[in-house]
Amino acid sequence: MKYIEDFRNARHAKAFAEKIRQVADTGRNYRLMEFCGGHTHAIARYGLEDLLPDNVRMIHGPGCPVCVLPMGRIDNAIALAQDHDVILCTYADMMRVPGSHRTSLIKARSEGADVRMVYSPQDVLKIAEDTPDKQVVFFAIGFETTTPPTALLVNEIRARGLTNLSIFCNHVLTPSAMRGILAGDVQIDGFVGPSHVSTIIGAEPYEEFAGPDGRPVVIAGFEPLDVLQAIMMLIEKINRNETGVDVQYTRAVKPKGNERAIALMEEVFELRDTFEWRGLGFLEKSALKLKEAYADLDAEKRFNVPAISASDNPACECPSILRGQKHPVDCKLFGTICTPDNPMGSCMVSSEGACAAHWTYGRFREPKKAIA
Amino acid sequence: MKTKRPKLDLKNGRVELTYGGGGRAMSQLIDELFRPAFSNTLLDELADYAGFPGGKRMVMATDGHVISPLFFPGGDIGCLSVHGTVNDVAMSGAKPLYLSASFILEEGFPLGDLHRIVTSMAEAAKAAGVSIVTGDTKVVERGKGDGVFITTTGIGVVEHDTPLGAGEIRSGDKIIVSGTIGDHGVAVMSKREGLSFGTDIQSDTAALHELTALAIETAPGLRVMRDPTRGGVAATLNELAEASGLGVRLDEASLPIRPEVNGACELLGLDPLNVANEGKLIAICSAEDADKLLATMRAHPLGKNAAMIGEMADDPHHFVQMTTSLGGNRIVDWLSGEQLPRIC
Repeated sequence: MKYIEDFRNARHAKAFAEKIRQVADTGRNYRLMEFCGGHTHAIARYGLEDLLPDNVRMIHGPGCPVCVLPMGRIDNAIALAQDHDVILCTYADMMRVPGSHRTSLIKARSEGADVRMVYSPQDVLKIAEDTPDKQVVFFAIGFETTTPPTALLVNEIRARGLTNLSIFCNHVLTPSAMRGILAGDVQIDGFVGPSHVSTIIGAEPYEEFAGPDGRPVVIAGFEPLDVLQAIMMLIEKINRNETGVDVQYTRAVKPKGNERAIALMEEVFELRDTFEWRGLGFLEKSALKLKEAYADLDAEKRFNVPAISASDNPACECPSILRGQKHPVDCKLFGTICTPDNPMGSCMVSSEGACAAHWTYGRFREPKKAIA
Repeated sequence: MKTKRPKLDLKNGRVELTYGGGGRAMSQLIDELFRPAFSNTLLDELADYAGFPGGKRMVMATDGHVISPLFFPGGDIGCLSVHGTVNDVAMSGAKPLYLSASFILEEGFPLGDLHRIVTSMAEAAKAAGVSIVTGDTKVVERGKGDGVFITTTGIGVVEHDTPLGAGEIRSGDKIIVSGTIGDHGVAVMSKREGLSFGTDIQSDTAALHELTALAIETAPGLRVMRDPTRGGVAATLNELAEASGLGVRLDEASLPIRPEVNGACELLGLDPLNVANEGKLIAICSAEDADKLLATMRAHPLGKNAAMIGEMADDPHHFVQMTTSLGGNRIVDWLSGEQLPRIC
C-alpha cells in the first residue's frame, strides 16, 4: 500500500463527500470538533470544508501542543537558554513561538543563546555526550505522542550516568483538555478523536466523554480520507443518538493503546495537580512532571525555574475559538495585528492552530455563518 | 483587511535566520533596510536582475551562497554558486556572459575541499558558457564563518525584444513549471546533520539559460520567467501575484512532484511548494502560446517533466489559490519565517 497516495485518493474523497451529504440530516446542524492540530491541518491543507455540506461545521480544537503552552513556560525556556548558559534543545515549531516579551527561542538564538532544533530525544542525548562541559536541557513538549520518547530519554540518561542533561517537562494530557473544553458552555455534537495520541493511549480513555451525557467520539487518522470517513461515521452516530467511542483509525489504534509505552510513561512521570493551558486556563491533573525518583533530572529543580504567569492580549478571542463559540474572523486581532508572522494568541502560533490554519489556507473563504 | 507588521528594529534588532528564509521576513528586510539604502530605478524593479543601457541592453544579478552542507547529493556550493547567478541573469531572457566570484573562507577550512568547490565552479561555468572574470577572497577567524561563503555576480546581454516582467502578465495567462519541484531542498535537508533518513533524491541544480533562450524563441506571448529558489514555488507565485495585481489559480493534481520528495516532505512536515529549487523555472505565458511553450520545454532534457500548473486570474486580494487534489480549495501562502517542521 502506498500510504500517501492511497489515503489521498480523489475518487474515494468524492465518494465519502457524497455519502456525508446523504447521511447528514438537512433539518439539523452538526458541530464537530476535530481535537488535533494534525486534523485541523489536514482539513485546511486539502480544503475539506469545501467537500462538506453547509450544515456540517468543523470546530478546530486545542490539540496543538505548541499552541496551548502558556507564555510563562516559554519565558522559562528562554531564561534557561539566556541566563543559565545551557544548551536548550527543542522541537522545531516551538522555536518561533513568542513568549510574553515578544521574544522567542529563535530570537534568543540570534542574540547568542545556544538553542538547538532536534527531531528526536536521541539527538539530545548525542548533544549532551558531545558537550560534557555544558549543561543541556531538553524542552520537552507535546501530548501523549511525544511523551514516551521523553520517558525513554530519562531512562537513557540514568543508564549512561549523564549528569549534564535534564528535562524541562511540559507534557500535557489529551483527555484533560477535552474535559476542560466540555466544562464550559459549548455546543459540540461530537469529536473527531485524536490520531497519534490514540495510538499510545488507546480508545478507552475517551469513554468518560462518551457516556450518557457525553459526546460521541470517532478516533481518526490524519490523512484526508481518514478525516472524511470519521466525519461520516460521527454524523451517523449522532443521527442514531449514540455516544461511545468508535475507531476509524483501526490500522494503528488498539483499544488499550501501546501498553509498553504507557508503562514507560507511568514509570517516569506523575500527574501535576494543575497546569496552565494557553487559551483554556488552569486545568486540574492535565499535565505530567518527573517522579520524585527522577527529581535530579528535572530542570525546574536543577535551575530553580520560577512559576511565571503571563496573560494574552485581552482582545484575543482564542479561549472562545478553542471552544467553538467563535470563529477566527470574529476576533478583532485576526489578520490585523495577529498573523502567523506575528502571532498574538495561541491559535495563531503554529500552522496547526485554528487561526493560523484559516489565515494560511482558508482566508479567501467566508465562514459558515449559518451555524456560527 | 490590512495587515500591520511591526517595523524592523534598526536600533536593537539583530539578524535572524528568518531573514534569509525567502518568506515575508526576508521581504521586509529588503523593503525596510536594503531598498531604502540602495534605491535606484534599476534595483527598484525588484527583479532577480538589473538591466542597464550599454551597446546592447545588459543585465546584472548577484547571489550569495551559504549552504550547509557544502557538498550535497547532486551538487555542491561551487556549481550552485554559478547556477544560481546564471539563472537569475537568464530569467530576463539574457545570454549570461561574465561572472564575478567573492569568497569568504573560514580559517581552518580544508584546501582539498576548496579545490573541489573551485573545480566544480569552473566546470559549471564552462558548461554554462560564462567566464568568471573577477573575484575576491576574504578569510574570517575560525568560528566566524561556516566553511565557505560564495557570492557571485553575473552579467548578460539581452538579444531579444520580448518585453518581460510581472507588469506584462494578464488574467488568463498560463503558468508553466519546467520540472519536478522541491528536489533541491529535500536533497540538502536529507544530508543535514541530525536528519537520519536516507533518500536518493538529487539536487536539481542546473543552469537554465538554454531553456530560457528556447522559451523566448518559441513563445512571443511569454510574460515573465522566474526561478523558484528559496521559499519555493509558493513564494515566487505570491511575488508575481502581488507584482501583477492579479491572483493565481493552481491545480494541485498537475504539480510535478517526485514521490520521494513528497514522502520526505511528509516526514518532515514540509510543503513541497515551499521547498527550494535550483534548476527549475516558472514561466507565465499567454494562453495561445502555452501549449507550444510546454512542448518546447519538454523536448529539452532540463524541461522533460515540465507541466502546466495553473493560470492567472482577476483577484483583488492577489491570492495564490489552489484546487487541492481532493477537490477542495486552499490558499498557497508565503512561508511564515523559516520553514520549520511540525511536531506531530
